[in-house]
Amino acid sequence: MALGLSVIFGVVRVVNFAHGEMMTLAMYLALLAFTALKLDPLVSMVPIAAVLFAFGYVMQAGLINPFINRPEHSQFMLLVAVALILVNVQLIIFGPDAKGVQTRYSFDSFQMGKIIVDASKVYAAGAALVVAAALFAFFRYTLLGKSIRACADNYHGALVVGLNVKRLYALTFGIGAACVGAAGAMLMAVIDVTPAIGPAYTLLAFVIVITGGLGSMPGALLGGLLIGLTEALGGVLLTPSAKSMFAFGLLVLVLLFRPQGILGKKPG
Amino acid sequence: MNRREFNKAAGAVAVGAAFSPLNVRAQARTLKVGVLLPRSGVQAGIGQDCHRVVGLAAGILKDLGLPGLEIMNGDTETNVDVARSRAERLISEGAQLLVGAFDSGQTTAIAQVAEQRGIPLVINIAAAPPITEQGYKFVFRNFPTAPMILGDAFANQLEIFQQTGQSPKTAVFMHVNDTFGAAMQKGFAGVLQKFPAIPYKLVDTIAYDPAARDLSVEVAKAKASNADALVMVSRLNDAILLTRELVKQRWTPQAILSMGPGWYEDQYLKTLTKLGDGPISFVPWFDPNKKLAKQLEAVHNKAFPEINLNTNHVYTFEALLIAADAFKRAGSADPKALADAIRATSIKDNVSPGPGIQFDAKGQNDKLKGSAVQNRGGKLVVVAPKEASEAKPELPVRPYDKR
Repeated sequence: MALGLSVIFGVVRVVNFAHGEMMTLAMYLALLAFTALKLDPLVSMVPIAAVLFAFGYVMQAGLINPFINRPEHSQFMLLVAVALILVNVQLIIFGPDAKGVQTRYSFDSFQMGKIIVDASKVYAAGAALVVAAALFAFFRYTLLGKSIRACADNYHGALVVGLNVKRLYALTFGIGAACVGAAGAMLMAVIDVTPAIGPAYTLLAFVIVITGGLGSMPGALLGGLLIGLTEALGGVLLTPSAKSMFAFGLLVLVLLFRPQGILGKKPG
Repeated sequence: MNRREFNKAAGAVAVGAAFSPLNVRAQARTLKVGVLLPRSGVQAGIGQDCHRVVGLAAGILKDLGLPGLEIMNGDTETNVDVARSRAERLISEGAQLLVGAFDSGQTTAIAQVAEQRGIPLVINIAAAPPITEQGYKFVFRNFPTAPMILGDAFANQLEIFQQTGQSPKTAVFMHVNDTFGAAMQKGFAGVLQKFPAIPYKLVDTIAYDPAARDLSVEVAKAKASNADALVMVSRLNDAILLTRELVKQRWTPQAILSMGPGWYEDQYLKTLTKLGDGPISFVPWFDPNKKLAKQLEAVHNKAFPEINLNTNHVYTFEALLIAADAFKRAGSADPKALADAIRATSIKDNVSPGPGIQFDAKGQNDKLKGSAVQNRGGKLVVVAPKEASEAKPELPVRPYDKR
């Protein structure tokens, strides 16, 4: 999920404040796929990512592109409005109650000595690594990926060499949204969904990408790992109710001593 | 009739109306009751559950010979500020009595409004003690305070340990970190001291975020304490999350003792099916042997066959019962007369365990008794206190991997 946010910001330079809400949309799609078609969330992840890709592409091409050169507060308000609309539509359709899926491995766990690991989380983590590897390969080895990176590196240069930047932006937003779609489907195997959970995950994604470096894909992975470990260790060693505090503490330290994030590039 | 005669007659009618003992309010046939519940937001499920009984109450109240209530609904959106503004709005729109609001934080805000505006508030559910410790004249609570819930919980635990021959030596206390959970946590240690016969010692206390989506760290910490019993104060979503984590982390405590909502709720039973069996909830419940409880359960089961009668229904119904009873006795919808009538309430034929509904000088029903309810085969079985029970308790909890 954080990877999607980082990809979108890194290329389009738009901060997607509807990220968490797009994730809950993907979670509800996974729920529908499970209840209607008995599709495991780790399987429905692929079509849901495709649906979210289309959603992201249309959103960027039809809604965000006109805002690209407008002040940042306009972009902010636009995406907050999208987030609110998504939450309320989900509330109308699915209601406020928490809904979950019960897969055949929902209650499984792996034991290694004294350590017990949740099977759903292991599978979801594996799927996340595959998605991340595919994304890295796409940006590094395909012509389209290289074009997108060119747009990110030098907007005017990309225009000069004849790249269709607006189309590439729409594709990038679509790819970022596909990452969110995959993340939402994977998360459905781990937690229950309610329309209200989006903002908390948007915030978490921000904490992760700012810690790792906004716009840096390896930074997003590192940030996710660091925030997860900080929360878990803070919870186990001190008090679980304050585990978010440790994540934000780490964020404050990063902002103080390395404002561009751990793997982020210094502006200019 | 000439002009003078007409004026005389009209004047006489006007004077008669002005000095009549029955003013317009007193002639009202129905009482306008503003029902404030969290029907959206985090507590939406519980708010909707409380509201189910609101529509069913009219028929039962009529059978009891009580007057009708005109219900005005208000959604607190699980938000203290919204609760306050909704209470203000309902009163402005003509509510003559308020009922609500499930959550202690929201109820505290509504109680302040009710007291300022001089409109009686009958609390259906809210356990934080300070609500009835403010010297309010218009606030009444037919629901036990956190210390009362805890006291009855320990008394019922002793009864259960005695009946089952089980006596856990250690326990870990986990609680949701909201107004209710914090109040229960504060009261827990103090009330435990008053029950020296309780066999277990607390080895750890773990608070967790009410909006948490993942409680694996919390359960890992609880498991590491190696306690015999798990004592809980939670809500619905976290109760489900905690149970899933208990299964995944392969830990079945000897006893799971809950002192709050969540573990006995239908959504919990439906979601977890056989994994939901075993926990014992120490909650304000209903006495299955009382006549009115049987009537309410029958009406409720007919309307909602998939849903068990529970705390939310019982205490919301009793709040409406108190309102209708007071309205009948007051013979008026005047707020002060209503408040005086509520203060003098004495309802013996009620639903909840204990001698009945009455209020002390602070507006608290201090005679309420808590029950112990065990999940068994998807059903809720009252196992204590003995005088309001329907079966014997079963301990230890059956291991999750053997179900």
